[in-house]
Amino acid sequence: MTTQTQTPAYVVTTQTKASQITAVAACALLAALVLLPFVAGRGLIQDLFFVLTMLVLAQFWNLLAGYGGMVSIGQQAFVGMGAYAMFGGVILAGIDPIPAILLGGVAALIVAIPTAFFAFRLQGPYFAIGTWVIAEVMRLIMAQTQSLGGGTGTSLPRAATREMWATEWIAELFDVRNSAARDILTYWLALALAAASIAAIYALLRSKPGLALSAVRDNPEAAKSVGVDAGRMKWVVFLSSAFGTGLAGALIYVQKARISPDAAFSVTDWTAYVLFIVIIGGIGTIEGPIIGVIIFFLLQSLLADFGSWYLFTLGIIGILVMLIAPRGLWGLITDKTGIQLFPVRRRLSGGTQDTSDT
Amino acid sequence: MIWLDTLVQGILLGGLYALFAAGLSLVFGIMRLVNLAHGDLIVMAAYLILLLVTLLGLSPFVAAAIAAPLMYLIGWGLQKHLLNRTLGTDILPPLLVTFGLSIALQNALLEGFSADSQRLPTGEISTASVDLGVMTVGVLPLLTFGSAVAVIVGLNQLFYRTELGRAFRATSDDPTTASLMGIRPSDIFAKATAIAMLVVTLAALYLGMRSNFDPNIGPARLIYAFQAVIIGGLGSLWGTLAGGIIIGLAQTIGAAINPEWQILAGHVAFLIVLLLRPRGLFPRAFD
Repeated sequence: MTTQTQTPAYVVTTQTKASQITAVAACALLAALVLLPFVAGRGLIQDLFFVLTMLVLAQFWNLLAGYGGMVSIGQQAFVGMGAYAMFGGVILAGIDPIPAILLGGVAALIVAIPTAFFAFRLQGPYFAIGTWVIAEVMRLIMAQTQSLGGGTGTSLPRAATREMWATEWIAELFDVRNSAARDILTYWLALALAAASIAAIYALLRSKPGLALSAVRDNPEAAKSVGVDAGRMKWVVFLSSAFGTGLAGALIYVQKARISPDAAFSVTDWTAYVLFIVIIGGIGTIEGPIIGVIIFFLLQSLLADFGSWYLFTLGIIGILVMLIAPRGLWGLITDKTGIQLFPVRRRLSGGTQDTSDT
Repeated sequence: MIWLDTLVQGILLGGLYALFAAGLSLVFGIMRLVNLAHGDLIVMAAYLILLLVTLLGLSPFVAAAIAAPLMYLIGWGLQKHLLNRTLGTDILPPLLVTFGLSIALQNALLEGFSADSQRLPTGEISTASVDLGVMTVGVLPLLTFGSAVAVIVGLNQLFYRTELGRAFRATSDDPTTASLMGIRPSDIFAKATAIAMLVVTLAALYLGMRSNFDPNIGPARLIYAFQAVIIGGLGSLWGTLAGGIIIGLAQTIGAAINPEWQILAGHVAFLIVLLLRPRGLFPRAFD
């Protein structure tokens, strides 16, 4: 009691030893990945582009479903709208494809506003199918948009892809052909987008709104009673998820350079795969989608030749994981080891020694 | 006259959508479970009927009568051994498990029956029509609509007139108290899904006789069914029929204006209802 005035201040930390190591390792990995095109072949770069863009989609779906509690089956709406806005910017407005990617993010953000307005009227499972219906509406509307190829789709103009920003410079730097330079450029952009997404989502979760988000997910009523504006958090999460997904969609289609409504709004490619990545890896963690995307890529490389059996297997694995280990592989790992690479839990340290009973 | 014809066609098409939706509505009403594989189960039942028709040379109606008990057992087993494990306060497991089931089912059908579109052989019934004076109406659409009404009446009777229906309602209201009264919710849920699969078989029969089907059309059927349920209001079977009719009408009117607008018009009608009446036209359950 007498020493109370000298009690050192309590400190709230989220950092752990593992997270410090992760931070260093992540920086090293990032540097290695940036330099990778100097040694790697074009095939590997293309594979990594695929992995990185799927990782971005998975992180944003995880933010929406795992942290925000909004299980959407309509993320293809934002992939498609982002991609189509980029195509529109290039074909109709003559913008370079690289800045047009930003246009894709903005377009996804804009269509997300009315989408949220409708979808938020639906709860739980109905939200899921509601978002799917809205994505279907967008697909059908884009199929009617003749200036962007209508139902059959269209390609980026050859001139636009050849003279894309920085490709000439990369082609000279690596002494490769223009198309290979384009792959390296899109790979770098995907790497930047993936790193920025993970950093932004992690920063959001560690911030005060992130704490509010976890509170709403765990118990909306209790969260409201301590003054959390649950409705606003839903909007923030939904819109940022749409923006990130739109950017990823636009980037994916800069690399593909050919679009059609059925491909750009495909529920299998942009939502089913993403769901499996997050579930297998572990929903509600940042580590989960990272592990998930690696497993997904390995499975795809192993089973790609088996056509529909591949998707069948993926469906069955998803069901089994959900039943046996609902928190995914990363959930199993943390349960066993307690390791958290991206800790968001706040722990109290400092204070006096005699508080051992708390 | 062409407008009258469009309206009647739309209402009759709504009967088919109500058949798609009735099973979904039943299952949701009792256990708050949305089965994302519902559309694929309809397609699976259609293939089962097709298999019986081609292997045994039966008429589609007889084949459906044989397929129905099989589907009943499949539904029972599915609920008892898979879906019951996912029920709880968390909405993620049932959604993700049924979504996984949908993907698995679609691709298993694709592997088993190829992507070629199929059709049930119908004989003269598909071309037969009834002359109503001002217009003629196909026998098959009329039969579909009649079946939809019969299914709704039957399910309502089951719900409000039988002991099983009482158990359904009790479990729906409060599974814990219901289990104190000697009801085992997991068995009740299994029976509900099994009965929903009987309706699914009937829906599959008409789907297969009216139009072509292939393994990929399940999700679209799920969406129509879902829209009918939402428009009608959760937990109301007559509302589901009304919802089906609204989607059917919107699609036929849209198609009459521009054939490319058919599906879009249905979705737009759904969004308008959602905008004006978020809880549907005839809401009963509170969720």
